[in-house]
Amino acid sequence: MELEVQIEKKFPSGFRLEVAFRASGAPLGILGPSGAGKSLTLRAIAGLERPDRGRIVLDGRVLFDSAAGVDCPSRGRRVGLLFQNYALFPHLTVAENIGFGIAVLPPAERELRIARQIAALHLAGLENRYPAAISGGEQQRVALARALAPEPRALLLDEPFSALDTHLRGEIERELREALANYRGVAVFVGHNLEETYRFCGNLVVLAGGKVIAAGAKEDLFRHPPNFESARVTGCKNFSRAAAVDGAIEALDWGCRLRVAQPAPATLGHVAIRAHHVRVRAAVERDVLADAGAAENTFPCWLAAAMVVPFRVTLYLRLHAPASGAADYHLQAEVTKDQWETLKDAPQPWRIELAADKIFLLPD
Amino acid sequence: MSFDLAPVWISLKTSLSATAIALVLGVAAAEWRERKRRALGGILDALCLLPLILPPTVVGFFLLLLFGRNGPLGRLLLHFGAIVVFSWPATVIAAAVVSFPLVYITARGAFAQVEPALAGAARTLGASEWRVFQRITLPLAAPGIFAGTTLAFARALGEFGATVMLAGDIPGRTETLPLAIYFDIAAGQMRQAFGAVMIVLVVSLAVLLALGLWARSERRRRIPER
Repeated sequence: MELEVQIEKKFPSGFRLEVAFRASGAPLGILGPSGAGKSLTLRAIAGLERPDRGRIVLDGRVLFDSAAGVDCPSRGRRVGLLFQNYALFPHLTVAENIGFGIAVLPPAERELRIARQIAALHLAGLENRYPAAISGGEQQRVALARALAPEPRALLLDEPFSALDTHLRGEIERELREALANYRGVAVFVGHNLEETYRFCGNLVVLAGGKVIAAGAKEDLFRHPPNFESARVTGCKNFSRAAAVDGAIEALDWGCRLRVAQPAPATLGHVAIRAHHVRVRAAVERDVLADAGAAENTFPCWLAAAMVVPFRVTLYLRLHAPASGAADYHLQAEVTKDQWETLKDAPQPWRIELAADKIFLLPD
Repeated sequence: MSFDLAPVWISLKTSLSATAIALVLGVAAAEWRERKRRALGGILDALCLLPLILPPTVVGFFLLLLFGRNGPLGRLLLHFGAIVVFSWPATVIAAAVVSFPLVYITARGAFAQVEPALAGAARTLGASEWRVFQRITLPLAAPGIFAGTTLAFARALGEFGATVMLAGDIPGRTETLPLAIYFDIAAGQMRQAFGAVMIVLVVSLAVLLALGLWARSERRRRIPER
């Protein structure tokens, strides 16, 4: 089971899609900001968008090859696509929707497969309902059942949760993962939400501006994002322009000098650190007496704003001087509710520590 | 005095046939036009809509040029021994041409309303272009097309100018109700004209009401209440 994609397409708007990747085994996740070309890539694989150049091979079967003049129509590709808004046929019942892709089968076999999908996706009792009369989560399961019924060799999921209410997402995500666990083909998952994509996928491809800017195992990508955009789409919040200065790094936007664990790349552009890697503590006596720069990568900081959610608190911190307003901050730090309780009444400035081994050095 | 029913039957036959032709051609043209953005699309649109805004006599004039003895289509048909001008088919052609734009324009709107992702979904599910059209696009556009067809029927039933130019007024053959009304009045037969007027009125109302009821029940069947 392998999907090999290498495509190029130019659009009149000037946008250029140029992606190449392979997917096999565990679902492949495609991450990227909106407008990066994620959905376009899926549409090209499904045969709904025709690339100018390239090759798409699924399980050794050439679906598209511009050099050889092969362009298998969408209907013959055996690629299932789960649309962002599900694209259920509003004038057909749930059962008719699910059966749409298997119309060529003999009626008995067809009924059997519909029944199997209904059971697998917990849709019993909804067979004769119309899509408008079922909930968003049910609609998604119908769309998935419809895509799976013809037994596609590849299944493409285009932001499957974007149309759902937040409180439904957790449950529906679990159901979808369960349904996909038995799927034997190649799955490609396009996500916007980081955590969902991380939970679903093994390998990740990061797209930006129509190009692949990073690819690899998800753990590696999160631990060592190779560039600015991959750090950003993998959820990193703190960036500063940076320059290497005799053995240390000058973080220009943060106005501080950092010691780092790895050698800086030749074309260093930014330093970055994840919000949950930023450590914040109240000042101790030693800090106050000594020069603020005495401890490694530790700086005085003032609180600009705090955003409290049930179990965590995001602190917006300004270095070196008190903040003039909520928007006047350099870094975001994520702390637990407990840490916040002890921190919030401590006199400012607090101390911020940017651990050397947690700092990303991102080339331009 | 007995009322002459011939124009009633001619009118019904004519407008039903014309509506059927306008429906098929209008839907086909709209679908063909909607599927791909074509280079000469604007001109094509204008040509398709022209009969709607031209005075019917001007449409009749062009039809005479086309179907007349020396017209390109007229000569072609003469090869097969058919003369269109001043025959019953001429009433159908005239009515179909003037009602075609109404089907075309509403069908285009209706097709444009159908979510493009639905056709895409159908294709990924193995459907041929014909099946996509027949099972997805057409049923979803049906209410809009239906409205256009109703208008087309009303227009065909009322057609006068182009008909009188191409088909003339031959009682019992090409004399439709609007023609009968005009020539009755011209001859001072007000009672006869009044009868025809009432029939047009009643038929139009009845058809519109029946179609409206059918459309409503159709909607209910498809989109159940939540």
